Amino acid sequence: MKLEELRFGTELLKRGFASMQKGGVIMDVVNADQARIAEEAGAVAVMALERVPADIRKAGGVARMADPGIIVEIMETVSIPVMGKVRIGHFVEAQVLESIGVDMIDESEVLTPADEQYHIEKTKFTVPFVCGARDLGEALRRINEGAAMVRTKGEAGTGNVVEAVRHMRAIMGTIRALKGKDRQEMADLAREIEAPAELVYECARMGRLPVVNFSAGGIATPSDAAMMMQLGADGVFVGSGIFKSSQPERMARAIVDAVQNFEDPAAIAAASRGLGEAMPGLDVHTLREDEVLRFRGR
Amino acid sequence: MCTRSGKTRCSGSVGVRIGVLAVQGNVSEHVHAFRGALGHMGCVASEVLQVRDAGTIPTLDGLAIPGGESTTISRLIDKNCMRKAIEDFEGGIFATCAGMVLVSSDSGDPKVEPLGIIGMSVDRNAFGRQRESFETELKIEGLTGGDFHAIFIRAPIVTRVDASVRVISRISQGIVAVEKGKHMALSFHPELGNDTRLHERFLEKIGN
Repeated sequence: MKLEELRFGTELLKRGFASMQKGGVIMDVVNADQARIAEEAGAVAVMALERVPADIRKAGGVARMADPGIIVEIMETVSIPVMGKVRIGHFVEAQVLESIGVDMIDESEVLTPADEQYHIEKTKFTVPFVCGARDLGEALRRINEGAAMVRTKGEAGTGNVVEAVRHMRAIMGTIRALKGKDRQEMADLAREIEAPAELVYECARMGRLPVVNFSAGGIATPSDAAMMMQLGADGVFVGSGIFKSSQPERMARAIVDAVQNFEDPAAIAAASRGLGEAMPGLDVHTLREDEVLRFRGR
Repeated sequence: MCTRSGKTRCSGSVGVRIGVLAVQGNVSEHVHAFRGALGHMGCVASEVLQVRDAGTIPTLDGLAIPGGESTTISRLIDKNCMRKAIEDFEGGIFATCAGMVLVSSDSGDPKVEPLGIIGMSVDRNAFGRQRESFETELKIEGLTGGDFHAIFIRAPIVTRVDASVRVISRISQGIVAVEKGKHMALSFHPELGNDTRLHERFLEKIGN
């Protein structure tokens, strides 16, 4: 039989993969046991890490890509997609994760940046990327570099949702404000936010980002997750919020249920009962400048 | 047939009611594709809605089960007590990617409880991981207008079908599209392109 012509790693395949995650919860896990718990709870994907962000904060020093051995072990354990984090600008860490077959790479401010000028040229990869953003300009710069998915940066490892809210409102609010602007005004805005004008027009046309937009960075409870969905997120990443809570299995299920029923307060209430302690939180205003992760990359 | 010439129930004032199972995954794209397909067919009185509760299912003529993560959708179908309503549903089911795994009779994975709507065995993530996801041109039996541009994302494949199931497309690795009565199941994602021919074909089936 004649072999069909197959095309791999196209923009549509990358964005399509991200689109399949919509309405879902992506959970940080550090070993195969946690990955299994996440999958059983209904996670759409897991983020394989050496440490969750709360522990990266505690450890200090330079945070790097996880040991590929840990990631491979997790890939062999679950059938849902497995993602991995690389340092901002560290294209060789990205090559390494692509070579072991991770399904998506997070070019993440949670790790110590490797390049303070440039992000990874993501269009060169077959594997899709997700990147953090605090506002529309940052989101569109990442999309222009080839990101197939955007997530709000929030402030990872704090269990404090305030920055995630700020960033989601900034992105959604700026897109809403495009309504009523003509092309010249939009071009003006594009210059102001340092984003390609074509992508600004595309947001205006679609009334949203042209790729899937998740929320991340401080989500610790079912209500946090549902609030981010009501603010316009397509889904959520939960980092330390699950495995730093007192009952991870229950918290994981509860957050999945709250995301699915994000407009139903009674369902969120039911999901929130008897979960025990959420992860300990941090006041983002007391962080030292070098402890703030969201200002990494721009 | 629901065609522009119009001899079906959706060509007149009585429309069809299509629901897209909205527990997780590529929901809005299917809603958009069905609205486009209905527009092409001139079925203006029809309705496309997102389905979040079991009670809506019996009121539909057609139900789409979209792509997403089959383990997640499987758990949420049970969590929302929708399993029986889908199993008892008398309309047509349009299942894509993860949806195909769910409507099978054998998902090949204990983490995904199949609905048993189409007698077939499937292999989840049959092509591998995301880097093995691909686009290709597919020949689909009975589809006019040329090959279909198909997008396979961590796609399943059908490894065996019952005699009552009609295979409408296969590639070298195996079967990628089937029909059974009013139901259709596809390994790929017709909702990710602008080609609504397969959505229209499903609407024709349920309009008959």
